[in-house]
Amino acid sequence: MGVFWRPFWGARFAALALALVVPAAAPARVFDPETFTLANGLQVVVVPNHRAPVVTQMLFYKAGAGDEPAGKSGVAHYLEHLMFRGTATVPSGAFSRQVAAHGGVENAYTNQDQTVYFQTIARDQLPLTLRLEADRMANLRIRPETAAPELAVVLNERRQRTEASPAARLREQVQAALFQAYPYARPVVGRPDEVAALTPADAQSYYMAWYAPNNAVLVVAGDISAATLRPLAEGTFGRIPARPVPDRVVARGAASAGGEDRRIELKDAQVRQPSLSRVWAAPSHGWAAAPAQVYALEVLQTILGGGATGRLYQALVVRQGLAAGVSVDYLADALGPGQFSLGVVPGPDVPVADAEAGLNAELARLLHDGVSAAEVATAIRRLQVGAIYARDSLQGPASEFGVALTTGQSVADVEAWPDRIAAVTVEDVNRALRTVLGGRGSVTALLLPDPDAPTPEEEPEDVAAAQGAAQGAIR
Amino acid sequence: MKAPWALLWALVLALVLLGQPARTATVARASLVKASPGKASLVERVLSPGGIEVWLVRDAKNPIIALDWSFRGGAATDPADRLGLAAMAAGLLDEGAGDLDAATFQDRLADHSIGLAFNASRDWFSGALLTLRENREEAFTLARMALTAPRFDADAVARIRGQLQVAVRREEADPVTVAYHALARRLFPDHPYGRPLRGTADTLAAITAGDLRGFATRRLARDGLLVTAAGDIDPAELGAAVDWIFGTLPAMAAPAAIPDALPSADVRPAVVSWPGPQSLFVQAGAGIPPGDPDWPAALLLSHILGGEGLESRLAEAVRTRRGLSYDVQCNLQSYAHADLFIVSGSTASATVGQALGLVRHTLAEVAAHGVTARELRDAQTYLIGSFPLQFTNDRAIAALLLDIRRDGYAAGFLDHRDELLRRVTLADVRRVAARLLRPDTMTTVVVGGATGPLR
Repeated sequence: MGVFWRPFWGARFAALALALVVPAAAPARVFDPETFTLANGLQVVVVPNHRAPVVTQMLFYKAGAGDEPAGKSGVAHYLEHLMFRGTATVPSGAFSRQVAAHGGVENAYTNQDQTVYFQTIARDQLPLTLRLEADRMANLRIRPETAAPELAVVLNERRQRTEASPAARLREQVQAALFQAYPYARPVVGRPDEVAALTPADAQSYYMAWYAPNNAVLVVAGDISAATLRPLAEGTFGRIPARPVPDRVVARGAASAGGEDRRIELKDAQVRQPSLSRVWAAPSHGWAAAPAQVYALEVLQTILGGGATGRLYQALVVRQGLAAGVSVDYLADALGPGQFSLGVVPGPDVPVADAEAGLNAELARLLHDGVSAAEVATAIRRLQVGAIYARDSLQGPASEFGVALTTGQSVADVEAWPDRIAAVTVEDVNRALRTVLGGRGSVTALLLPDPDAPTPEEEPEDVAAAQGAAQGAIR
Repeated sequence: MKAPWALLWALVLALVLLGQPARTATVARASLVKASPGKASLVERVLSPGGIEVWLVRDAKNPIIALDWSFRGGAATDPADRLGLAAMAAGLLDEGAGDLDAATFQDRLADHSIGLAFNASRDWFSGALLTLRENREEAFTLARMALTAPRFDADAVARIRGQLQVAVRREEADPVTVAYHALARRLFPDHPYGRPLRGTADTLAAITAGDLRGFATRRLARDGLLVTAAGDIDPAELGAAVDWIFGTLPAMAAPAAIPDALPSADVRPAVVSWPGPQSLFVQAGAGIPPGDPDWPAALLLSHILGGEGLESRLAEAVRTRRGLSYDVQCNLQSYAHADLFIVSGSTASATVGQALGLVRHTLAEVAAHGVTARELRDAQTYLIGSFPLQFTNDRAIAALLLDIRRDGYAAGFLDHRDELLRRVTLADVRRVAARLLRPDTMTTVVVGGATGPLR
């Protein structure tokens, strides 16, 4: 179906990939950013990239689904949709129309820790996107006649992306089991009953609580310098007064790791190919007793994952023939707990129980023997090369800074990334490995076919009558 | 470092005037892509000493090189009892070559941080190479080995077969793929385009190492080869590299006669019943080939009707005003032997009839009355202005140049694209709309619980 346009909410659990993945982590030192802060508290990061006369502008709010009040799940994402529906002076849809009419592309997304609005456009059109984005930071108007159909759009989005997908429904259950009392237990798009009950007033109060210049980060990447951007930013965002915002770390409450290991199975008629995953809560950049653990876990992820040469792929796919594919994901960029996850798709004739037994055996071996110094050295080298590839992008580096600055990190932290990765030792990796993958509180999830499910059939239908009826309803 | 544009232009001019120097690559022609006033990015047409033409956008700001290529002839050439052969060959070329077994070959790629991937579409068998400049010799050699000496070892064949069988089974659970398979079957019942690109569990099981070797021998040849590159490499190095990678392939591929196909118009929608509250629909009719004089107008029309953004006619009617859908769009899709105009979207099962009715009404209205002057002007500025936004990284540039080559355009297309779009008139759009938007002849597939409201 091509690209799902507009606004999407971030998945907190990467899809199981069979293909080689180029490392995505990106050190800032290579990007050489410039930073400044406006008088009203808006943080600004400029990432010069003079490859083409083009800029990417990204505005990150330090507010996401994780900051919603109880019972109002989905309101951050609903508000993100409404941000396209007009302000005091810009009519509904005019933001998008103006950006497009000047040759720009744009979108937005909501995640647990941040809500992000972004445009890519010719450099000389940057004043337009700055003006429009600043306008909707301060002057949004939520009108009943647009808010109601937009809520229906959001419910369609939830049905299409979550309810129509057994894997997505299972992911929601996994997150709920993993985080329990912490807000990450709620889906970004919201619980269906709560989304359906959202009102314009709910969106308005979230907007008033969080959308302030002192609670946002503006990142502009591309053919621009801080000296050029600064007056433009001051003339637009700079006119918006600062407002007190809640302390979101306090508002979210404490997160806890550990507890019982859990197991969830989802059987569904749609599923043809079983798969299994196991996820642990893990230290993250925003939630770590010992920050060095995060870098050790990134190295571990590269050793275990890392495409066709990764340890898990070599063991389960190549040597033992138990799996068709494996995945190893580590989500470190979070204000709350991170996640370390393993996924296995069994081979065509392999019972899921055998694949799980293979995973357990491999995990036990790993915890017993640890990884080697040579594996650590190779992984560090590969991670650092990945950073060079990461430079070959406008939005990648912009996104890297925005996410870092909305999850408790500083520009300096991002800048120091290559050094911190290089400093990781084999002892660090094995300690982190045993703390996280050897710890309690994991959630194992199995996605299974329903043996009684009927096979879908294709049949011609006479829809002419139905279409005719619907046409009558258009006017 | 700034790119020495003036110097390059001088070189281009010299080469054009002086002809082809012996044993070095020649830059036969150059083309400007206007990214915006005042700055340009140069597309050079490099002819290797061995006669392979490569389009290059050179940029030394990042020490990386992206090289993309396609061989004419993809999955459409698969024998009926070996469907998935091209896809399986694509999965296996980097699973061992020459004296390197799969694990060693993959280690060599990873140790040098080289990305090498192959992919089979209906009409093309493609590869993409991404490397740091410092590792280019290793990268070019591994690519050469994969293309000229693939091993197809028994364990690797079994592994990739299993992965494809699993992928096919996973696709059976994906309503989007289910919809497109059903659509392809109905549009092209007697043509290779109607068959599943990655085959079935059975046809994959039937494929032998001999079949795969035969595919590589017959299909990977220089006559159907298109190559593009971007990044930190000069024309002479590039010419030598492509001769090294591709120069020993056979001159001619085996003939593969794929007939042209007109999509069949089956007016009875097919409904694939599917659990869950949401349904998706896909509709297709005859499209317009790239290179057709009406193609620029068709591109503008398709954008106005259902292109990116929320302001399209379809998004306005189905999504913005009524909230019936999260996504509804249309696009032109062209294959080597067929051209399609496709509308797709999703909605609650209870509103499928209403959504399809709105789509039909919207198409009919534009077919009858055309579009407004403002819509045309906005679409022109969007399609002209957003195009160069893609020219911001090496991987995307190499891929985009390859797209343009596969569509059969000359390098000069990049000079003329803006003008082709700019001179489209309202009358052009109206004429194309009457040709393209014929809801009565479109084939429709619905996947979901649509049986209730449709009956």
